[in-house]
Amino acid sequence: MTVDNKIRVLVSKIGLDGHDKGAMLIASILRDAGMEVIYTGLRRTPTQCVNTALQEDVDVIGLSILSGSHLTLVLKVIELMKAKGVDDKKLIVGGVIPDEDIPKLKDMGVDAVFTQSSTYLEMIDYIKKATGKEDAST
Amino acid sequence: MELVEKILNGDIASAARLITMIENNREDAARIIKKIFYHTGNAYIIGVTGSPGVGKSSLVSDMINVFRKRGDTVGVIAVDSSSPFSGGALLGDRIRMQDHEVDPEGVFMRSMATRGNLGGLSSATRDVCYVMDAMGRDVIIIETVGVGQVELDIVNMAYTSIVVIAPGMGDSIQAIKAGIMEIGDIFVINKADHEGVDAALSDMEYMLHIGADKKEWHPEIFKTVATENKGIVELVEGIDKHRKYLEDNGLKSKKFYSMEQLIDLIKKRIEKRILDNKLGKDNIKKHINSILKKEIDPYTVADMILDDAGL
Ligand SMILES: Nc1nc2c(ncn2[C@@H]2O[C@H](COP(=O)(O)OP(=O)(O)OP(=O)(O)O)[C@@H](O)[C@H]2O)c(=O)[nH]1
Ligand SMILES: [Mg+2]
Repeated sequence: MTVDNKIRVLVSKIGLDGHDKGAMLIASILRDAGMEVIYTGLRRTPTQCVNTALQEDVDVIGLSILSGSHLTLVLKVIELMKAKGVDDKKLIVGGVIPDEDIPKLKDMGVDAVFTQSSTYLEMIDYIKKATGKEDAST
Repeated sequence: MELVEKILNGDIASAARLITMIENNREDAARIIKKIFYHTGNAYIIGVTGSPGVGKSSLVSDMINVFRKRGDTVGVIAVDSSSPFSGGALLGDRIRMQDHEVDPEGVFMRSMATRGNLGGLSSATRDVCYVMDAMGRDVIIIETVGVGQVELDIVNMAYTSIVVIAPGMGDSIQAIKAGIMEIGDIFVINKADHEGVDAALSDMEYMLHIGADKKEWHPEIFKTVATENKGIVELVEGIDKHRKYLEDNGLKSKKFYSMEQLIDLIKKRIEKRILDNKLGKDNIKKHINSILKKEIDPYTVADMILDDAGL
């Protein structure tokens, strides 16, 4: 086998709200786009997310947040990413995010925000471009 | 070499990066493995296999609690299949590992996809074991979905292989079909809170009885309820018992490296040297064209390539 670079993405749900249908759907869509998705399920803390991203050596950390506390949670994730030296990974946020918060998230250091008005294709394209890794499903 | 030192010091970020290099089949990974190999052999490797959804990850998580209480550090390798269509994978074993994600010094987990690269997978898993071993992890647990030959290969590299079934749904029969009964050193009937435990137990006792006279080690069967942490201490005691059996009989050191593993590695290296380094995709395509035009037959092409490589 030749050198085989797969895009690895962490899909994690942080915050306390109780269902993960959306995050699970995104995880499946990214898998179908040829990526390796590490799916952690519900109610992760920022610490758990960043520890996982480090161990799994993902290219992208994808956070799904519906709880409304996205600003504080994301800030915490970014602080931990810096502290643990994994701030080279792309951080994307999806979920129910009010438009006025998108620039705030980007100022904090979030690389991309996907809301309900974004398409899955936009997200897939973004990840492929941002990681610079070819879709390895050749 | 800096990366090697960092790994020997247990640095998680360096180990994680090396594992990615191994997964991507990069030559620099092989160079580092050559160095860290001399620092391996201390970790105790446990394999956990069984049909989808029987509760393997839940059990692994519970077992980790027991190991952590005694002060052992743990490495976990969770292998799941890649989709044959997209090449992607959904790796969900961490869903049950929530408690251990706040204990990175104690528990280092890595999810691996099979990447359709069946020949390479068992040697890649072996290499990841070396990394965790060299980092100083006392126990390494490999979780695989026990269906194919490759999964069986992986479990075979463990000192103690645990086969997990759940009652009902003819799961025990499935296990027998897949030849999984032969590889278990320990059997677990998980979801013992469900109906049909006694039937599963007697099925299993019967199956184990059939092969019993051929074997020195008589596998024990444990009943567990992973979601309620029931039967886990007993299971870990069972692992200890098997470990002691291997050690007392000088079998543990023999199990560390087998002929199959070396043959596996040789095949992988041949593939890498000839197909990747020497021949390359373009040349292969040229040969395919000649074969399609019936200018030459495939055997002659294959032999020619090997002759050129001096084999
Ligand atoms: N009732 C009951 N449910 C259990 C038990 N152990 C696990 N489960 C449940 O079974 C489901 C699957 O558990 P996992 O631990 O993910 O099983 P697995 O074998 O690792 O699954 P895969 O990795 O997908 O093959 C989960 O919903 C668990 O909560 C048990 O002892 N009793
Ligand atoms: Mg599992």
